[in-house]
Amino acid sequence: MIKSYHEPLTFDQIKAGEGLKAALKMTRSEVIKAISDSGMRGRGGAGFPTGVKWNLCAAAAAPEKFVVCNADEGEPGTFKDRVLLAEYSDKVFEGMTIAGYAIGAKEGIIYLRAEYMYLRAELEAALAKRREDKLLGDKIKGAKEFSFDIRIQMGSGAYVCGEETALIESLEGHRGEPRNRPPFPVDTGFKGCPTSVNNVETFAWATCILAKGPKWFKELGTEKSAGLKLFSVSGDCDQPGIYEFPMGITVADLLVAVGGEGAKAVQIGGASGHCVPYWEFDRKICFEDVATGGSIIVFDFDRDMLEVAMNFMEFFCEESCGQCTPCRDGNSAILEGLEMLEEGVCSQSYLKELCELGETMQLASKCGLGQSSPNAFLSIVKNFKDELLGRGE
Amino acid sequence: MAETKKTKATKAASTTGGVDTASNRAPKSQKAHVVNVGDEGGIGGKVSVTIDGKEIKVPLGTTILKAAEQMGIKIPTLCAHQDLCAAGLCRVCVVEVEGQYRLQASCAYPVTSPIKVHTHTRKVRKARRHIIDLMLRNHYGECYACVRNNNCELQTLAKEYGVDFFRFGRPAEPMFDIDSSSHSVIRDMNKCVLCRRCVRTCIDLQEVGVLEAINKGEDTEIGTFADKPLADVVCINCGQCINRCPTGALRANDPTDDVWNAIDDPTKHVVIQTAPAPRAAIGECFGLPAGNPLTFEMNTALRQCGFDKVFDTNFTADLTIIEEGTELIQRLYTALVAKKPVALPQFTSCSPGWVKYLEHFYPEYVPNLSSAKSPQQMFGAVIKTYYAQKAGIDPKDIVTVALMPCSAKKYECNRPEMTDSGFKDVDYGLTTRELAKMIKEAGIDLPACDKSDFDDPFGTATGSGVIFGATGGVMEAALRTVIELVCGIKVEDIFEHADIIPVRGMEGVKYAEIKIPKVGPVPPILSGLIKDWKWLDGVTVKVAVAHGTANAKKVMENIKAGGQLAGCHFIEFMGCPGGCIGGGGQPIPTSPAIREARARAIYAEDSAYPVRKSHENPAVLELYTNFFTEGPCSHKSHKLLHTHYTKRGKYIA
Amino acid sequence: MLVSEQDVLKQDIAAWVKHYGKDRCYLIPILQEIHRKYHQCSEFAMQVVADELDIHPVEVYSVVSFYSFLSHDTHGKYVVRLCRTISCDMAGKDQIANQLVSDLGVDFGETTPDGKFTLEWTNCLGACDQGPAMLVNETLYVGLTPEKVHEILETCRRTFGVYALQNKEGHA
Repeated sequence: MIKSYHEPLTFDQIKAGEGLKAALKMTRSEVIKAISDSGMRGRGGAGFPTGVKWNLCAAAAAPEKFVVCNADEGEPGTFKDRVLLAEYSDKVFEGMTIAGYAIGAKEGIIYLRAEYMYLRAELEAALAKRREDKLLGDKIKGAKEFSFDIRIQMGSGAYVCGEETALIESLEGHRGEPRNRPPFPVDTGFKGCPTSVNNVETFAWATCILAKGPKWFKELGTEKSAGLKLFSVSGDCDQPGIYEFPMGITVADLLVAVGGEGAKAVQIGGASGHCVPYWEFDRKICFEDVATGGSIIVFDFDRDMLEVAMNFMEFFCEESCGQCTPCRDGNSAILEGLEMLEEGVCSQSYLKELCELGETMQLASKCGLGQSSPNAFLSIVKNFKDELLGRGE
Repeated sequence: MAETKKTKATKAASTTGGVDTASNRAPKSQKAHVVNVGDEGGIGGKVSVTIDGKEIKVPLGTTILKAAEQMGIKIPTLCAHQDLCAAGLCRVCVVEVEGQYRLQASCAYPVTSPIKVHTHTRKVRKARRHIIDLMLRNHYGECYACVRNNNCELQTLAKEYGVDFFRFGRPAEPMFDIDSSSHSVIRDMNKCVLCRRCVRTCIDLQEVGVLEAINKGEDTEIGTFADKPLADVVCINCGQCINRCPTGALRANDPTDDVWNAIDDPTKHVVIQTAPAPRAAIGECFGLPAGNPLTFEMNTALRQCGFDKVFDTNFTADLTIIEEGTELIQRLYTALVAKKPVALPQFTSCSPGWVKYLEHFYPEYVPNLSSAKSPQQMFGAVIKTYYAQKAGIDPKDIVTVALMPCSAKKYECNRPEMTDSGFKDVDYGLTTRELAKMIKEAGIDLPACDKSDFDDPFGTATGSGVIFGATGGVMEAALRTVIELVCGIKVEDIFEHADIIPVRGMEGVKYAEIKIPKVGPVPPILSGLIKDWKWLDGVTVKVAVAHGTANAKKVMENIKAGGQLAGCHFIEFMGCPGGCIGGGGQPIPTSPAIREARARAIYAEDSAYPVRKSHENPAVLELYTNFFTEGPCSHKSHKLLHTHYTKRGKYIA
Repeated sequence: MLVSEQDVLKQDIAAWVKHYGKDRCYLIPILQEIHRKYHQCSEFAMQVVADELDIHPVEVYSVVSFYSFLSHDTHGKYVVRLCRTISCDMAGKDQIANQLVSDLGVDFGETTPDGKFTLEWTNCLGACDQGPAMLVNETLYVGLTPEKVHEILETCRRTFGVYALQNKEGHA
């Protein structure tokens, strides 16, 4: 169930097939223009403008192209994609079909995380239904010469596969280890072909944008973070769940909506995001201020921030792909430092050293995972240093 | 007049070329972007890059690292290696690109638009220092007790970056057991920094696929299939991984203690044979640039070390040519005249890495391998029989040591079937690196040694034996002999100075055709073999040469598919890129340029020899007159000079 | 493994390779099929797959070891994966963990001696709003309490009995 600030929920306002129908009446470049005009940025967290991505992919000259739906939702505290796929899969499939039309792809692949295996049967049934309704397959209804189909490939349990080049490596049967960039997937992606990898939610919004027009989306949210966003809220609040809000909502407003007013801090963006302390709750959740792929974790005053930081770092020690030095060894060095803090054997100068290491990881890691893995640690040290220090027997 | 024809057999790219030509085995995560420029002469083929204020124009897609190299700007690297694809994973080579917040790995960043790069800003230096500190955190450094002391890239980096304490700690004790199951390669993962050069070497450069990254996150390690000991997997012992390991995590199984013990034992008669490739390279261990052979200086040094006799493996290289050449003629006769089924093309068998590769990956082609032993093993058998008899020494008191450029030779001499003399034919295989260490230990300055010759009765060698060390050498040596023996003409009449150029060079797969113009009077050594030689008249001999098992694989796949190479009569295979000069026992580091310099040294030595054809080697002829009296491929020679192989297959129990 | 069992495995793999395609891209789906039926990717299975796809066994092993839902060791018929990530941690996963260890009699990372259950930690299951959560094979259980753990395990035990029986009948 998605809760929204308005009724009915946007996804319920749009009839099945409405977005695709609108798209197929346009030329490919008009579809891309609509997405660009909407100002939508990728909903997975990195926030790359979707229109630009589709445009690059459409412009790349290649006989074969792919649309990949990144359903490897692994960021701690994020579960919006699960709900979207369970309740609004048609919106996602339709968005993928629109993307296929826009960039000139015939095949779409949903990379579904292994943990969501239980969703697969229903998704396959929904795909079959769409094929029956001529919304997928050879010569899609309402289009002249457009064929597109979607298959599901399961992940096998690796957080890093949410990184788009790691995801493609995994699709190709390799370890999910991120590639060197450039080249970017829009140029050299799955099987070496131009590939647009987008988040589940991005596709769902694309469907809405085509149905309701880019202006509607653009007018919501902030200047650089247009539109609506789904937030996955968990932790110390009365009503955890999925919420639809315009981008740019303040942390405080969001906390009111979810019943978490008494919080000490909110982790925005999951383990790879930032920890916002209560005195900064007027900050806006958007790409200009504090960005998120949707994960909001609320901590009340009883939570030990050292334990929180350790939980995050344990996560990264395990989920790093293990390829590049800063991420593989940096995360475990930081975790070791946190354990030292817990035991009361970490000097403040060593803590400072670890923070500098965190900065190196942000700068020098090969992919987004390593670059963002020290974020939580750094922001917890910055905001709750006193809470971390002075421990021991 | 014989004609030679050289065509490209396959689209086989040179394995020595490194990055751009690497095969496609490594995942794309381990590769840099290759920009397809298309028409190089076209407009926009070059792009400007400014590094530390200096500008240069480079072809589109050149990496920042390569551009910096061209300008003489040094960027430190660790996971990058000239022979391997650029993985961009150690992150030591990060640089700052103007306008980008994050640092970029210069080894994997292709320049596609004009950029400004800074190689040593504060941000960069700090990041590099952190990365080195992180590597040291997991490196069980015991530098003074490490075989790579003073030749370790991690040590050098630590020194360059002024590491004076272990910022993030260091392992207090070893975390892994050392895998010393293999006769050839020892893996000590306590020293591994996960640069994955060995993985890329094994899977991409050599196409053997023994090593891979296992697990993920902080548990990542380099492992074998199901973490089995190296001796139990399909490792071919080529040791290419050793040559490219930046630290002491991979090293050869070193028998020098045993060799010293034998030398120090007065009851033992210790004999060493030295192969040509180590002699061309050992100078590098003594600070000389690559390409300075120290053959005769080494003879002196070896005697000073205490070896009783110093023999030249070239002698048995010549013997190999006679035996293997004879075998080829027999096979051709069976096929062309007797019209009976026989395994053709015949494959050379002198590279033990290649032999084991074939046994594992193409066991159905084992019958194609020449049954002739490698020169090393022939020598072992001859020393413990013919030489023992001639010198009046009980073979049980003879210890044979072989100086080889090779780690697989260590395995070869331990193959159970290599005991035809009644004893272990070759007791110890030493690598170039290990001998250099022994010479240093004895306080000898090798380059300053006087020159001296090899010992009799095998002293005299030919240039043909020397060139065994470079890819194409065995083929050239064989052709020199076959042409002369069969045609009754001088090989110089066909090839100037007897240099058979079509089979030389670093191209991955070489192919040549040589027409036998006429059959001349066959010399006595062969006359007993076949009565009538007329059938060879006008036959075109088709040969191919491949080096590095990745190229060998291309050849084998071509043969399997019934391609052009299936029509060959004789194919030379060498397990290592560049042939023996690029062997797994050679001095570290290695690179295409180093291997080419060593090859030049080999060919220079060849042309300096007065006798350059195996069948003209007087000591070989004497051996046939006095010992193998029934000639090549006879009963006795089969017993001592030939062997058999095992169809191992890929499956591991 | 008996030779006849190896033959069955080989036939299965050949069938899956035929179904998906002889392409490295399908390595992971093929491994998932193997895992689903055999509860592990055995050494033999990995070698057969490598042979079929013309890659090296160590590459298959490398992939198997990378992904947490693939395993080289034998897994139980039921794999219990308890989420240990932040939200479930805050919702009291420790208590659930202790109860699982008590009820199953094995530690995390281990399989019960009867081969029925393997207990593992996992990272975020995407049920953060309803933690603590765990996955038993492909079924998600949320809002766990120590008491519920017992019920779930009992259900599995009963189903396992039926499942085993069905299997037997199927073969007969």
